[in-house]
Amino acid sequence: FRLSSLIGHISTCPSLIGQCCQRHPGSVDEFQEELVIRPLHSGDIYASFQFRTLWDTDFLQEGQKVSHYRLFPKSLGQVLSKFSVRELHISFTQGFWRTMQWGQPFIPSPPGAELWVWFHDTVSDVDGNWKELTNVLSGIFCASLNFIDLTNTVQPSASFKPLGLGNATDHRFLRYATLPREIVCTENLTPWKKLLPCGSKAGLAVLLKSEKLFHSSFHSQAVHIRPVCQDEQCTSKAWELRQTLNVVFDLYTAGQGKKEWSLFKMFSRTLTEACPLATSSKVYVDITDNPELFELSPATPLLSQAVVLGDRRTYSVFDLTRAETFGQLRSLNLLLRWKGDGGEMLRPLLHAERYVAGFGLQTGEIHTVIYNNHPYRAFPVLLMDSVPWYLQLYIHTLTVTSKSRDNKPSYIHYQPAKDRHRPHLLEMLIQLPPHSMTEVTVQFERALLKWTEYTPDPNHGFYVGSSVVSALVPSMVAMNTNFTQDQPLFSSFVPVKEESSYFVRVYTEPLLVNLPTPDFSMPYNVICLTCTVVAVGYGSFYNLLTRTFQVDEPSLPLAKRLANLIRRIRGVPLLT
Amino acid sequence: MAAPLTLLLIVAVTIRAVLFRSSLAELISARVEVVSPLNAWKRVVEGLALLDLGVSPYSGDVFHETPLMIYLFHFTVDYAEIVFIVSAYFFRKQKYALESDRYSADCLELLRSPKEMFYIPLKVAMFYLLNPFTILSCVAKSTCGLNNAIIALFIFCTLKGSALLSGILLALATYQSIYPLTLFAPALLFFLQRLYIPVNLRRSSFWFFTLQYAFMYVGSLVVITGLSFFLLGSWDFIPSVYGFIFSVPDLTPNIGLFWYFFAEMFEHFRLFFSCVFQFNVFFYTIPLSIKLKEHPVFLIFMQIAIISIFKSYPTVGDVALYMAFLPAWSHLYRFLRNIFLVSCVLLACSALFPVLWHLWIYAGSANSNFYYAITLLFNFGQVKVFTTTWLTNCEWKNRWRNKVSLFINLY
Repeated sequence: FRLSSLIGHISTCPSLIGQCCQRHPGSVDEFQEELVIRPLHSGDIYASFQFRTLWDTDFLQEGQKVSHYRLFPKSLGQVLSKFSVRELHISFTQGFWRTMQWGQPFIPSPPGAELWVWFHDTVSDVDGNWKELTNVLSGIFCASLNFIDLTNTVQPSASFKPLGLGNATDHRFLRYATLPREIVCTENLTPWKKLLPCGSKAGLAVLLKSEKLFHSSFHSQAVHIRPVCQDEQCTSKAWELRQTLNVVFDLYTAGQGKKEWSLFKMFSRTLTEACPLATSSKVYVDITDNPELFELSPATPLLSQAVVLGDRRTYSVFDLTRAETFGQLRSLNLLLRWKGDGGEMLRPLLHAERYVAGFGLQTGEIHTVIYNNHPYRAFPVLLMDSVPWYLQLYIHTLTVTSKSRDNKPSYIHYQPAKDRHRPHLLEMLIQLPPHSMTEVTVQFERALLKWTEYTPDPNHGFYVGSSVVSALVPSMVAMNTNFTQDQPLFSSFVPVKEESSYFVRVYTEPLLVNLPTPDFSMPYNVICLTCTVVAVGYGSFYNLLTRTFQVDEPSLPLAKRLANLIRRIRGVPLLT
Repeated sequence: MAAPLTLLLIVAVTIRAVLFRSSLAELISARVEVVSPLNAWKRVVEGLALLDLGVSPYSGDVFHETPLMIYLFHFTVDYAEIVFIVSAYFFRKQKYALESDRYSADCLELLRSPKEMFYIPLKVAMFYLLNPFTILSCVAKSTCGLNNAIIALFIFCTLKGSALLSGILLALATYQSIYPLTLFAPALLFFLQRLYIPVNLRRSSFWFFTLQYAFMYVGSLVVITGLSFFLLGSWDFIPSVYGFIFSVPDLTPNIGLFWYFFAEMFEHFRLFFSCVFQFNVFFYTIPLSIKLKEHPVFLIFMQIAIISIFKSYPTVGDVALYMAFLPAWSHLYRFLRNIFLVSCVLLACSALFPVLWHLWIYAGSANSNFYYAITLLFNFGQVKVFTTTWLTNCEWKNRWRNKVSLFINLY
């Protein structure tokens, strides 16, 4: 694999996107919603919501003002036009995705908040736009995104290519920032739900109740905005807004230990109707492991097969736009009952971990471990690390070893940090040998900060954002490169360019690193004591510079003094 | 004289070679008392690695050496140990020659006997080469050793009377770290004294020589700076090296006074106190020059001591530099007050530095105040050392002058 093919894949070919998004001509906006339920082998259950709005407006032409919003939320539309945004991806995640137990997610996201934006080429001051954009988004989502500033923003050169239209590769217009410390709660979910056309009143969004959603192992809500083609020839473009919500319910905390899940148990609600504004509203249940693993009721004759994440899966489809789905009770409550302990889960082909090694508050080492579980294929991965400036990385200590041998990366892009201005950015293209573990280590030194730069709880530590591992993983099953309109949303998020591989992005754990702290209670004392030492030096100097030495004549005893008096009268030399 | 000196050299080189090969070398090169962000060897290697990656070493905040240093080590990085040992040897040579130019008066017991004077160079050599501070600094491969060698060469050339070489070496020392700028005044005074030009602002001969020397110094400085610009093709090194020295953005603990002070400083006063602290180093030049204009060698010692204590990132290598001069004034030993107390303070602080660092950083049972307190005490002890030396020197001169005048009076 060459670097260019890996990066080139991620930028979209217009015709493919066009094929995926054929619309009915004549309608202005289009809204689709879907829910995918995937039971996991450990007894947990993974639910993924996707809401897609297509908005037929072209902001790519200058001077067009839009004042009529139908399904697309006005707040986001105004953000797009004011800051000349071409692509926006923002996610809020609570919890860490356990790849080895749960497989690959449909839409990966790191813990905390993550925001990456591609601006138009016409923007002259990207940093100014970025700063204002983060503040506006902070208001829209009730999150503290105002903590994003130049000290935690990077411009990745290869890892985050546009997912929508456009062939721009100038990474000066890309900004990426992550806030690992950000907490997600109800007050972030509420404005997110308000962006939906039906709100939380009809359709799948009625299931989004916060008391159940946050009682889970993993919760991630995201907004992805990108320009897409509306037909095969790409004669006109539209904005696509995807709101995704991924949640994993734990068997023991939410499931009370019983391997039996239902919509009511997961969300404390059942589905009663589709959103009237939606052209398609579907629920997919992954029944590939049925009937050995679990039993689904009510049974449905509608089945669909899709190749997603390198695997061919079978889904039961419940179409909410048809009235017979809801049955006699006018409500749909899916029930999944486990029958026995299932077999082995398909092992994810790419997996990454990260940890800090070392002891003490002076130095440390960051270890990133990437696993390639493919039995016979090697493939390259792009590893991106963004480390804050107060952990000074020493790039000459960077080592990459696979199977205990040195594995030199073929591409390294390193931008060292400037104190209090920008963080470190390290991007590497590493070839992973088949069925192996690759370890990347780099040493760092911890800096002592000024006392005002510490957070109110300095001994909690400082967070280092997740590393991003992006790769084109070889697929066991041929991927579907032809897009038709019936393609479910979960398999059309990332465009597929070739049949033999699929794109995967894995986020590692964030790190928590302690820094040495000064004593916060002592600023006056320190200033006084240091100035004392300087003053001692100054005082001694002053003394010695201005002092003159005189020899002190010893005083004579009385007898000699009288004798001298007489001698002076006589005029003879004096006694000493 | 050659035999004891050679023996001393062999012993010193052996100690350093043994320590280089042992596992202590790694440990010592990580100690904050021995290396600072300005002269750590790890950072030199990092700068060279950045250069190999195609990134400018000054684009980050890790590397703060001058471009000439990059190019020196680019070629000699494998032989770095030898470079440091050789620089220590040069230093030695300078100390030896230093003592050939001392006061030669012959009065009573106040003065040194010729036999004593003969052994002073050896004592100076011993004080420098076998000083644990220098050994630690050399084993850590801190570039402080190279800076010390340049200053020593500068003193050598000054004492030998070669104004051009002295100017060039002083420019090189200033280029490395700004502070040796203050050594311009004592060198000038020495030359004036040597050429019997009286220090009188109204005399044209004074100005003529001053301008000559200043021209040589400034000219070499400009040439060296221009050369650095052409080596790397940009002026990035100026904010990275000199801006770093003056603005003290890196607060890594060291044996100086700056780090904790600026870690606890209120933002509003940061600029003010930076200026005050930096000014403090240069401020004493003029009054000292006026007071000590007949004793330029002592003035050099005082200036080096002031720089070593009040500079922004001091290390034990800088301390060793001025301590090496102390045997040159061995005639003062009899009169030094509190010498026992002060030397005990310095020894105790040197022993406590690693202990309290370990307690703060590794054991977690102490905090930064402990280390800071020892820093304060260490600097206080150093201030006492050289003010006591100066005080004793004044007293001694005064007594000597008095005795001489009495002598003349009697006859």
